[in-house]
Parts: sequence; C-alpha cells; structure tokens
Amino acid sequence: MKKWLFGLVAMVLMLSIVLTGCSSSSNGEQGKKSNSNGNGGNVLIFGRGADATSLDPAIVTDGESFAVTKNIYDTLVEYKGQTTDIEPALAESWDISPDGKTYTFHLRKGVKFHDGTDFNADAVVFNFDRWKNANDENKFAYYPSMFGGFGDKSVIADVKALDDYTVQFTLRTPLAPFLKDLAMSPFAIASPTAIKKYGDKYGQAAAVGTGPFKFKEWKSKDTITLVKNDDYWKKGEPQLDGVIFKVIPDNTARLNALKNGEIDLMDGVNPSDLKDIQGNKDLQIFYRPPMNVGYLGMTVTKKPFDNPLVRQAVNYAVDKKAIIDAFFAGAADPAKNPMPPSISGYNDDVQPYDYNPEKAKELLKKAGFPNGFKTELWAMPNPRPYMPEPSKIAVAIAHNLKDIGIDAEIKTFEWTTYLDKVKKGEAPMYMLGWTGDNGDADNFLYTLLSTDAIGSNNNSFYSNPELDKLLKEAQTLTDENKRNELYKQAQVIIHNDAPWVPLVHSKPALVGKSTIKGFAPHPTGSDRYVGVYFEK
Amino acid sequence: MLAYSIRRLIALIPVLIGMSLIVFGIIRAIPGDPALAILGQKATPEALKQLRHALGLDKPWYTQYFSFITDLLKGDFGTSLRTHAAIRQEIWPHLAATIELSVLAMLIAVVVGVNLGILSAWKQNSVIDVASMVIALVGVSMPVFWLGLMAQWIFSIKLGWLPSIGRENIRDPVTAITNFYIIDTLLAGRIDQFWEIIRHLILPSLALATIPMAIIARMTRSSMLEVLRSDYIRTARAKGQKMFWVVYKHALKNAFIPVLTVIGLQTGLLLGGAILTETIFGWPGIGSYIYDAIQYRDYPVIQSGILLVAFIFVIINLIIDLLYAAFDPRIKYK
Repeated sequence: MKKWLFGLVAMVLMLSIVLTGCSSSSNGEQGKKSNSNGNGGNVLIFGRGADATSLDPAIVTDGESFAVTKNIYDTLVEYKGQTTDIEPALAESWDISPDGKTYTFHLRKGVKFHDGTDFNADAVVFNFDRWKNANDENKFAYYPSMFGGFGDKSVIADVKALDDYTVQFTLRTPLAPFLKDLAMSPFAIASPTAIKKYGDKYGQAAAVGTGPFKFKEWKSKDTITLVKNDDYWKKGEPQLDGVIFKVIPDNTARLNALKNGEIDLMDGVNPSDLKDIQGNKDLQIFYRPPMNVGYLGMTVTKKPFDNPLVRQAVNYAVDKKAIIDAFFAGAADPAKNPMPPSISGYNDDVQPYDYNPEKAKELLKKAGFPNGFKTELWAMPNPRPYMPEPSKIAVAIAHNLKDIGIDAEIKTFEWTTYLDKVKKGEAPMYMLGWTGDNGDADNFLYTLLSTDAIGSNNNSFYSNPELDKLLKEAQTLTDENKRNELYKQAQVIIHNDAPWVPLVHSKPALVGKSTIKGFAPHPTGSDRYVGVYFEK
Repeated sequence: MLAYSIRRLIALIPVLIGMSLIVFGIIRAIPGDPALAILGQKATPEALKQLRHALGLDKPWYTQYFSFITDLLKGDFGTSLRTHAAIRQEIWPHLAATIELSVLAMLIAVVVGVNLGILSAWKQNSVIDVASMVIALVGVSMPVFWLGLMAQWIFSIKLGWLPSIGRENIRDPVTAITNFYIIDTLLAGRIDQFWEIIRHLILPSLALATIPMAIIARMTRSSMLEVLRSDYIRTARAKGQKMFWVVYKHALKNAFIPVLTVIGLQTGLLLGGAILTETIFGWPGIGSYIYDAIQYRDYPVIQSGILLVAFIFVIINLIIDLLYAAFDPRIKYK
C-alpha cells in the first residue's frame, strides 16, 4: 500500500512537470510555428463537419466523399469554372451523331494513373462495364439513377474501344444531359488494375485515379491526406504540395481552429459568425454559387391545397426577403422558380409572387376560405445546405400565414422519419429542398415535379400532363437552345399551378485564410484545388 | 481471489446477453427507416427495397438478433452499412483514441480531485475548503461544450499556447502502429512528435477531466471527513504523528473505498460519454464513431460499438471490485 501511494505521488509530480514543461516551452514559439505552416509548407488543410464514407466515387452519394474524390480522379469531360458548362478533360474532343445516340470521344494521350498504369480506351470501357453490370443499387447508386438502370435497362447500350484512344458510346435513346452526367464525380475513371487488385477494399485501402492529387492516407473520422501528383496532365498544376481533409464536427470549434492557423479553409460556417469574419483581415469569405432550392411544398392531393388559388395565396403570403435577412445573413437569393439561375434554361421572365398579404386574402376568399383554415406546417428537424435553421424559418412562415388567416401548426419529426412521412404524402405543407447533381434543368424539374417522380422526390404529388410532355420531350433533344425553350415553358406552367413556394437558393459560405488565392467554389459542392495557391 | 475473479467473469455472460438484447431492442425502437437514412433523400423505391433485403430488415427480429449474436461470438463485428468496411478493423483506432484521452483525463481527475478533497477535509471550513468546494461545484455544473470552446478561445486563439483541435499536428502526421499516439511516437523515436501529441492532449483531457474531478473531490471530502473523526485517527495524532502522514497514510486508506467506486463509474462513463469533448476538439474517438453511426442508422456499428463500450465498462467495474481488497485487507474474496 505504501508503495502504491508513493507511486501516486510520484505520478502527480511527473504529470505536473510534464504539463508545465511543455506549456512553457511551447509558449509563443509553437503558436507561430503552426501559423507559418511549419514543415507542411504548401499543404492546404480543409476543415469540415464529417468524414467521407469511401473514396470510390462510383459507390458513394455523399458530398464529403466527392469533395475528396474530385481531387483524386478525372472525368471524361468536366465543368468549366464555376458553371455547369462542359469542357474537355480526359477526353480532348468528341463527336455526336445527328440522331443524338452515338458519342465518340477522343481521349488524351500520355496520361497515367497514379499507380503507373496507362489511361486509355480500355480503362474507360472497364469502368463503365463495372457500373453497368453491377446490378446492385445499394452500392452503385448514381449509375442507375442517371442512366435509367443497370444492364439492359440502362440508356447506355454499349461502350466500346475503337482504338487505344477512341471510345464510342451507343445510347438506346437520346439523352440530352449526357455530357453533363459524364462530368459528375461518380463517373470518374479509376485505375482498372487497382480495382481488380483491391476488390472490396477499393475505396478504403486505395483510390487510384489520374487527378491532380494522389491518395496517401486515411485516418477514419480524422484526416484524409492527398499529395501532389507530379505527373498531372495539366501543366504547372497543381500548385499545392498536398491537400488534407480534417474532420471537426462542431462549427464553432472549426472556426476556432481556422483562426488559430491549424486549418486553412473550412465550410459549414454559422451564419451568425459571418459578421465577425468580415471584420477579420486574416480571413476571407467565399460564397458557393447556388445549385439548390429550398422550398415550402404543398401536398396537392390534400384539401384545401388541391385548389390552385389557395396555393397561390400561400405564395403571396410568404415574405422571402425577411426570411433571407433574418436566417441566412444574406447568403441566399430569393427563389421564384424551382431551379436556380446558374442552370441553363432558367426562366428569368417569370414574375415572382411578391409579398402581398392583401392579395393573398383576396385569393383565399375567391377560393371559398374567407376566414382562412387550420392546417399543419412540417419543418425539418435539422439544418440542410439549403436551409440553415428550418425550425425558426417555419415559425416565420407560420406567422406570415397567420396574417392571412391560415392557422398552421408546426410539426417536426426526426429526419429519416420526416423524409419517410413526407414521401408518403402525409404532410399538408412541408419544408424541403434539393441540391442539383449534374447542373441540368432535368435534374430539378423532372426529378422533383414530374408525375414519374411521385413516390420518390415529387412529394407534393403534383401532376400535370402538359408539363410531363414538355419535360419528356426535353430529355430527348440534344439542341441546347430548343431544350432551354421547353424548360422555360415548363417553369411558367409550374409557376401558375404553384405546387410549391420556392423560397431560397442558398449560397453556402466558406471561410479561408486571406493568403489563399485562385479558389473558386463550384456549384456542385465538390471543389478541385487546381489553380489554388498560397500567396507568399 | 482467482476463483472469485473467474466466477465474476462467468457472471458477466448473462449481463452481456441482457445488454445485447437491450441495445438490439432500443435501436429497432428508434423511428426512421435505416435504408432511407443510408441512401438519403435521393433514393429510389427499388433501391430502398433492395437495401432492406440486403440488411435482413425484412426478416423477423429474432432471426436478426440470432445472426448478430452468432457472428459476434465468432469475433465478427459485422460490416458497416455505410462504408462497407469491416467494423473490427474500423473500430480500433477510434477506441484507442478515446482510451488515450480518457486515461489521461482520469489521471488528472483522480490526482487533482483526490488531493483537492483531502485538502478541504483536512482544513475543513477554511478558505481552502470553501474555495476547492466552489471549484468542484462549478466543475460539476459546467457544460463541457462551453468549457471546451472557452478553453480553445483562451489557450489557442488568444494566448497561442496550445493547439485547439485534433490528436496530432496535421502537417506532420503520426504513423499509426498501436494507435496510441503517445506510444507510437516513442516507438518511432520522434520526441518532437511526442511533445506535439502531449500538447494536443492537454485541452481535451482537461475539459474531459473537469466533471469527474469535481465529483471525486466532493466524494473524497465527505468520506475523509468521516474517517478523520474516528478514534484511530485521534490515536495516531496522540502518538505525535505528523498530520500529513496521518491523513495520507492512515486516513486515506479507509476513506478511499467509496472514492474508488466513484472512480470506477466515472471511468466507464468517460469512455462512452466523451462524445461532446470529442465533437469540440475534433477527436476521432469511439463516441463520435458511434454517434455518426446513429445518425446514419448504421445498425451493425451501433450494436457492436455500444456493446464494446458496455463490455469495457463492466470490466472496469470488475477491476475496481478486485482493487477493494488491495486497499482494505478486511475485504476478502473467496
């Protein structure tokens, strides 16, 4: 016993020496070290709220995974700058047959995967065959959702190598957004050798592409380390020696780490912190161009929302500007269409329903509800990219509705329960949103409001045959101008039928050190650190 | 003693079975479809159906439970639904991160807490007593969340003494061998990295230590007060023993038994309850691992994770029970 006690006392002494020793020696000197990037020099550390699930982009659906894979892999074509227009990447050029069913890609020569194997037509064919023949929708989720299914159900009938550097895709029917689909992260080209070598472990133990950075290490729920690919095909890129993704779940703690110089760039900023950041000369704010919509949906199969006049009245009742000022700290644009302006085919001529409670009351009276009615307003339980504080926004909307006589009781459920019930059409009015996948109008209008989408993403159960016809036709055209014309008409129909109140297109903020140059966040939410550097 | 230990270990089996049933039951009682949670808002109905089948969610609960238990007995923790990786491999680095943090936190809590308690009992009603009990009271009632953020703000941002997040200097990462970074850096012979690891441990372990420290201090004080009033202490004093030795040698031995119980319970709680601290300090521990899994309804991870933590909890308490005998010879296990 005596020995035990002696040990304890000794431990106290040792511990206190250790504690005082290291805190005094580190005083100042260490703090500076971390600010000056220490020995990691030219490496960018990105702080974020959650970890990736896998680094095989073909099998994931979450943004945190794509944020990493976007830097490891290339796609055949890629999005240009901050738009969703298409430019060459692994394919230098392509030809489209007049019927829109055959795409011939001419591939870039001399490109190598990070494992040293050659990128060529066979690699492209291998990747597409892997997805197409997977027949496992749990694992390969994006392929069937963008191309209509696996195997014989897929729009892609055949992918074949004409020679080492030419690949031909044959489609069953013309697919207008085909090129935009190919630019999506899930359709990045991975090394066939690595996929065969690692089997089920691919994406965890290894991730091999042709991209600007190579995968080095993954510490689960902690860091993912990428290092510069010296042989990257874009000359002079990347300028950074590496990128590290660090998980820090709490928004405030993440900002603390940024201010302390432990990370260089972060997403998930509390809107309330933006003001403080604006006054900090060591930091800068980047706004991601919106590719989303946050909306208030009305289930048109439920009374009284089966009446378009009631739905229009609700549209006139909501004060979007007040909501944006109060809850988005200005980091959002008011929405008037179900898709954001960054997407081609956006109809800017649609006249928004202004905030006009008098007009709303009039419409309600016309619809046969001079004294309003009682209903439920469902609010999401947790923040989403397109809506930072759903419960507070719900209170604001309920208040707006009260002004015109609609008594809406706010209800909320745990997130998966919420989605489940909303999908089943149990909510009279509900808040939800959508973030675009490929930057195409089809991915908003058809996916969210066509009759085919009832049961998956058309939670308002809205159905208009005229709209369906336009949307289906637009899917088959390859002429961009003609397509855009159809989408513009579609937006007018939706505007008049008013199944939603389109609320906002949020522009999520990122914060970084003021020395970061050349960073332009992309609307898709996954960024490439090409052209990015630290100012000396 | 040995026979007793073995008997206690055997008695753990029904406890663990009961625990596994509770864990299994509670998870399934949480509303929300795991298939939907995994595939997200954009899932198609066919994909949901396929996944439910693949997860065995369309089978009756007892079939699911039985296959879970048989796999577990084979040492197979299952596969994460979300990352498709084996849980047995995935879970260890997280557990190690939490153990490293909790051991240091508990060390601080015990050393500081016990001494604070002794001091205030010894100098009852003095300034020291009042001061340390106020500290203890504040410690118990302080929200860890707030404490952590404040500590970051003061010691990292304002003073620049310590790093605010993570286990290591991200720009100079540790090569994981055992996943206890203190050990790994020493094995690699990297003294500079070793100091970095210690520096990263200070803020989170202090934040984590606050509550148990306060509880231990209060427990030690009350237990010590009682012992100090007993006859044998008066005898020891009458013999002319120095008060310091009376307190640390004679009194502490007897006063420590109830404190030991509290220490055992608190250690167990730390393991699972470090989640808030882990969230704030970006610490990749078992708490955040399980919490993430709950958000995604990753059943196998939740089940295995909670059971593992529960198992450790039970083992710690067994060790504490055995320690009683070491402290108090009157306690004999047969």
